[in-house]
Amino acid sequence: MSAPATVPGPVVAHGAAVAVEVHGVSRVFGRDGTAVAALQDVSLTVGAGEFVSLIGPSGCGKSTLLRLVADLDRPTAGSITVFGRSAEQARLAHDYGIAFQQAGLLPWRTVRANVELPLALHGVGRAGRRARADHLLELVGLADFAGHFPDQLSGGMQQRVAIARAIAEEPSLLLMDEPFGALDEMTRERLQVELVRVCAQTRAAVVFVTHSIPEAVFLSDRVVVMSPRPGRITSVVDVGLGAARGDGLREDAAYFDAVRRVREALHGGSDVPSRGVETR
Amino acid sequence: MRRSAVALGRVAPAVLLAVALLAAWQAVVVVGKVPAFLLPSPTAIGGELVALWPTISGAIGVTGRNALVGLVLGAVLGIGSAVLAGLVRAVDGLVAPVVAGLAVVPVVALAPVLYTMFGAGSELARQLVAAVAVLVPVHVNTRRGLRQVRQVHRDLMRAYAAAPGQVTRTVTVPAALPFVFTGLRLASSLAVISAIVAEYFGGPRSGIGSFITTAAAGSNYARAWAFVLGGVVVGLVFYGVALAVEQLVRRRSGPATA
Repeated sequence: MSAPATVPGPVVAHGAAVAVEVHGVSRVFGRDGTAVAALQDVSLTVGAGEFVSLIGPSGCGKSTLLRLVADLDRPTAGSITVFGRSAEQARLAHDYGIAFQQAGLLPWRTVRANVELPLALHGVGRAGRRARADHLLELVGLADFAGHFPDQLSGGMQQRVAIARAIAEEPSLLLMDEPFGALDEMTRERLQVELVRVCAQTRAAVVFVTHSIPEAVFLSDRVVVMSPRPGRITSVVDVGLGAARGDGLREDAAYFDAVRRVREALHGGSDVPSRGVETR
Repeated sequence: MRRSAVALGRVAPAVLLAVALLAAWQAVVVVGKVPAFLLPSPTAIGGELVALWPTISGAIGVTGRNALVGLVLGAVLGIGSAVLAGLVRAVDGLVAPVVAGLAVVPVVALAPVLYTMFGAGSELARQLVAAVAVLVPVHVNTRRGLRQVRQVHRDLMRAYAAAPGQVTRTVTVPAALPFVFTGLRLASSLAVISAIVAEYFGGPRSGIGSFITTAAAGSNYARAWAFVLGGVVVGLVFYGVALAVEQLVRRRSGPATA
């Protein structure tokens, strides 16, 4: 399994501890005649506490890669370890929290019961669940809506509930698949700031799938740029804007520079036009 | 005060219309000297209803009981078979054609056969007819309800490493419930209709249907109409209760699924 020339070797994290280790992973959908390689020989390492975004045009396999790490899907080839164990063991041990593009709240449960869901499934007592849910709803600014049902909330509020649910068990790894993809730009920027704050408190490693360059740059320590057909990593951009991210950062020269570098990586790193990538 | 006034305002037109229609009916029968076998007057029907109330209420009880037994039996079988079909693919293959077959069988046509099977003194035939009529809509709706789990919820349950029982309790059943109760609401009317019509084909002289045929055969049309009113009462009660329960379940399972 030799790596194509365009793919850099395994990306090494800054920190010593490793959260996610993806090694030579491929995922092929379908059979012989109609087989589609969603991912080909992808290797990536995410350090503990590190925020890594996966960015690329539609069909580059970024969501597939996230689903493989979450063990919602199995690789055709290669190996994935999460905190030193297999992806399946990590899932069974509740090692990660997850959020999707759809908030995916249960409409028949209150906001509080939705946040409590993973705790209830994993046997946390009633009092403990309640205290934790109250704290989390405070954290995402929805303490006043604990008794509401999801359909009484706006899309942005629902997504905040989904994030509270994802971090309910204080996971050391957060997997997020375009969680702000369906939101308007203003809500999206506000939630980005909130996410940075929440991550700073929980010290969790994050793998964040997005197709927005500014979003990836604002949030991430590193941005992994991918290209489609077959899905592979074309380059990795170190952003390194520091831990103190606020809205002011969006006007900063270093921020613009990082946006430029990611954009160049997206356009230069693939032999097909990277349509489908938002440049806003 | 205000609320009751508003409720009155909503109900009043319907009540007024009903009163006006009854008055017109009475006027047509009296002024036009319509013969009783063609159309009895509302007062004549009302008189029979009062005079025969002990018999009518007894018949309501018998028919209502038959419909209820049929509804419960049919619901248990319909929901049970749908759950089994959802769990085991082989059962799905077996059950689907049977249900399709039942759906096209005119169930009440089975009544005379069943009376022969279970004896002319038994209510069982009527209850079975109602049960078979109920089974189909309940089964079909439950089956559809069990397929309502969204992919994102499925992924979420897998990510949480939830046990099969937890998945069933947390997402499958709540998503299916509104559909099950819609099936039950549709079935509740069918149960009453089937129980009454099954009585037309024989069996003990105990329920609404058998009294309607007897009264009509004896040219006692006002009495026949009074028993029809009894049948309306049974139907209304079943439908009203089923509708109320359905609304309750829908509210509890979140307006988003409505």
